[in-house]
Amino acid sequence: MLEWRRRREPSRAMLYLSPLIAIALTMVTGAMVFTAMGYDGLTAVFDFFLVPFLEPHRWPDLGVKAAPLVMIALGLAIGFRANVWNIGAEGQYIMGAIAGTGVALATYEMSGWWILPAMALAGILGGMAWAAVPALLRVRLQVSEILTSLMLTYVAVQVLYYLVRGPWKDPDGFNFPQTRMFTADQTLPVVIPETLVHLGIPLALVIAVIAWLVLEKTTAGYAVKVVGLAPAAARHGGFSAERTTWVTLLIGGGLAGLAGIFEAAGPFSQLTPQFPVGYGFTAIIVAFLGRLHPLGIVLGGVVLAATYVGGEIAQTTVRLPQAATGMFQAMLLFFLLATDVLVRYRIAFSARPAKVVSR
Amino acid sequence: MTASPHDRTDTPPRLVLSGISKSFPGVKANDDISFSVKPGEIHALLGENGAGKSTLVKIIYGVQQADSGDISWDGKPVSIPSPKAARRLGIGMVFQHFSLFDAMTVIENIALGLDEAVDRDELKTRVAKVLQSYSLPLDPEREVHTLSVGERQRIEIVRCLLQKPKLLIMDEPTSVLTPQEVERLFETLRQIASEGCSILYISHKLHEIKALCDTATILRAGRVVATCDPRQETTRRMAELMIGAELRQIENAHSGRIGKRRLIVSGLSLHGEPPFGTSLRDISFEARAGEILGIAGVAGNGQAELLGALSGERLSAVPNAIMLDGKSVGSEGAGERRSAGLACVPEERNGHAAVPDFSLAENAILTARYRLPLAPRGFIRLGAVRRFAQAVIGRFDVRTTGPGSPARSLSGGNLQKFIMGREIGQEPGVLVVSQPTWGVDAGAAAAIRQALVDLAAKGSAVVVISQDLDELLELADRLSVINEGRLSPPRPVAELAIDEIGLMMGGIHGAAQPEGAPPHA
Ligand SMILES: Nc1ncnc2c1ncn2[C@@H]1O[C@H](COP(=O)(O)OP(=O)(O)OP(=O)(O)O)[C@@H](O)[C@H]1O
Ligand SMILES: [Mg+2]
Repeated sequence: MLEWRRRREPSRAMLYLSPLIAIALTMVTGAMVFTAMGYDGLTAVFDFFLVPFLEPHRWPDLGVKAAPLVMIALGLAIGFRANVWNIGAEGQYIMGAIAGTGVALATYEMSGWWILPAMALAGILGGMAWAAVPALLRVRLQVSEILTSLMLTYVAVQVLYYLVRGPWKDPDGFNFPQTRMFTADQTLPVVIPETLVHLGIPLALVIAVIAWLVLEKTTAGYAVKVVGLAPAAARHGGFSAERTTWVTLLIGGGLAGLAGIFEAAGPFSQLTPQFPVGYGFTAIIVAFLGRLHPLGIVLGGVVLAATYVGGEIAQTTVRLPQAATGMFQAMLLFFLLATDVLVRYRIAFSARPAKVVSR
Repeated sequence: MTASPHDRTDTPPRLVLSGISKSFPGVKANDDISFSVKPGEIHALLGENGAGKSTLVKIIYGVQQADSGDISWDGKPVSIPSPKAARRLGIGMVFQHFSLFDAMTVIENIALGLDEAVDRDELKTRVAKVLQSYSLPLDPEREVHTLSVGERQRIEIVRCLLQKPKLLIMDEPTSVLTPQEVERLFETLRQIASEGCSILYISHKLHEIKALCDTATILRAGRVVATCDPRQETTRRMAELMIGAELRQIENAHSGRIGKRRLIVSGLSLHGEPPFGTSLRDISFEARAGEILGIAGVAGNGQAELLGALSGERLSAVPNAIMLDGKSVGSEGAGERRSAGLACVPEERNGHAAVPDFSLAENAILTARYRLPLAPRGFIRLGAVRRFAQAVIGRFDVRTTGPGSPARSLSGGNLQKFIMGREIGQEPGVLVVSQPTWGVDAGAAAAIRQALVDLAAKGSAVVVISQDLDELLELADRLSVINEGRLSPPRPVAELAIDEIGLMMGGIHGAAQPEGAPPHA
């Protein structure tokens, strides 16, 4: 007989093992599902999860896709630690890109080293502004930030569509719905010549290290953790939950906005309606896969970047539809949440029902 | 159904424990424990904080499993894998922390706690019968939030009695009761025992054990060190058996050197937080350097709110409702007040005074960072934090594997010692504590009280909010009573008789009392 037994202590080993178990289960289930659908399931899984790591020429692409995921997930994880559930990073990411692009379009005919930093700053502020709305609503009116941040994502998408089809449409662009291409001063420099590896990748690593130091070594990080774990104790210790809500939402929005403008000024070099690819949502999976720990998030970001890179490979090799990427990501989240049970419970294989002497 | 008292000799013991052992990482909580409990016996379990009492009764009640050892029940070996199995055998337990829903009635709470679904009308008659046969005063239709702690405890007892238990376990049941409530509880327990039900009784209050119990098993560091008849022993001798050394007498260092007024509270009013908070009404008192002011009262009369208002967790609209060393702090937050020298310890340890999932060192940061250089300019100095936590552990004899152990792994009393040590170690100008020795053993309670007396002697003002009258009478220079959010004017302890205060605390709560009447006779 199989039964769940509550562990006396949450298992530390399982805390780290369960993401790996979730990845393995995703691969097995994925292979079975795609085989049943008539694809070559084994090759599909191989292409999805292993080829991106095995072929060195794919690594730059992996980095390019991991960087925004890691940046966004870091901001989200800090909020999640404090029980602040910002799930609208996608909207903050788009708004960051829009604000930064606004600077780019305004400085179109100028040149100078300051333009890119100005765009980055605008990106951060744009993301923060979009996150400030849920913060204000939660602190002032106790409205759930889960709903407001998610709904604002759809508003941001519509703002993007409006701008690229209307006021920001490239006058020399044959009526395509897209902005002008950014100039050299407006695009992210490449750090390894001849590759796609742009400045955002090392920066994401630096931000991860900073986030880790802040969480572990400062009272600000302590505040985040204590507000999340024990709100009454936080109040007793003089930490303000309202302030923590504000700060974590602004950090989350700011980092998402920065990732957004980096994506616009990096791989895209302009804004188009295809700009939102769901990094803001995927980053939620990254945050949990990384156990809300900055260094785990770096690893989680690489794994989910692989599902994007691998998705493109599998599209050509086994003709998997593009939606397969989303399916693998969703499965991963599903198994991640499911295996989390193992941290608090264990499976016992006992044949013997609980023995009690009858009266 | 139940064994009648006269055939006790030839019936097997109700419960026999042999060789029970249980380890946690770094400690052996129970080490080869053997003893037996006869039908109808009231058996005390004594021991210092962390001696392993709670762990042992949790094993008997199926909450935890022993690593080794055997349990036999009415002469037959049993295993008890869960509380449900324990209840099926006829074991009931009343925990120190009740699991009751405030917004529901007594009868609804009882129904929720039962293993099998019982028809509402049938349950009503069964509850009424239990209440009547044990003459327990309790209205089944009242909502729980309107009840005193003693009444809440009765709900848990009724819950157990409905199952017709053969063994009732009580873990520190009296630490929050008034003397009158304790007396009532004892009458009930004696009646239950006279009907053949055994009782396993844990308490740190030795005079209660003397008054109630037939046998006592004394644990020290997880082992049985003695068994005695508490009626034949002095409380002092039992305490010495527990700690394995001589008991320290608390020395009253505070001999009249009362100095300037350090804390002045005037006209403090605050609305209770919905749904069940008590409002504070026009509270005024002052605490002077070198003195200990005691605030007595039955739980739920505004103690938690008063502590929250003083600590800065809730702010007052009137800045000078609270004056600290001549400075208005009524509208300042918890952090500012701590920096200015006002430290507070709330009653609830887990999740309020301490974060259970944090290590002791991390818990030291929670409140001590304002007055000690643990995190200058926001950067945590781990070395300094660990040293401070280690110093608290050493000075207050906290039994733990070290500053890195999570707060939740400590026994109740040991965590309390750590929290008290954390605050006293900061040498605050004014210290306000609620239930300073709650769940702490006799030896450690004496040490904490001594530390409070010493702190006052150094020129701090100490305010002790407690339901333990003996403690207040031993410690305090002046005493007030809080009742329904009002505070009586403090009176010197020397003028008061214990019965009088007990009546002030217990006789009034919940009864119809004219608005604005002074709580003391
Ligand atoms: N879940 C746990 N994890 C680790 N250690 C534990 C756990 N529960 C108890 N202990 C340890 O076991 C020992 C016995 O604890 P227990 O709670 O039984 O003591 P106690 O006699 O009830 O003390 P008190 O009078 O303070 O309530 C203590 O050293 C405690 O730290
Ligand atoms: Mg205990």
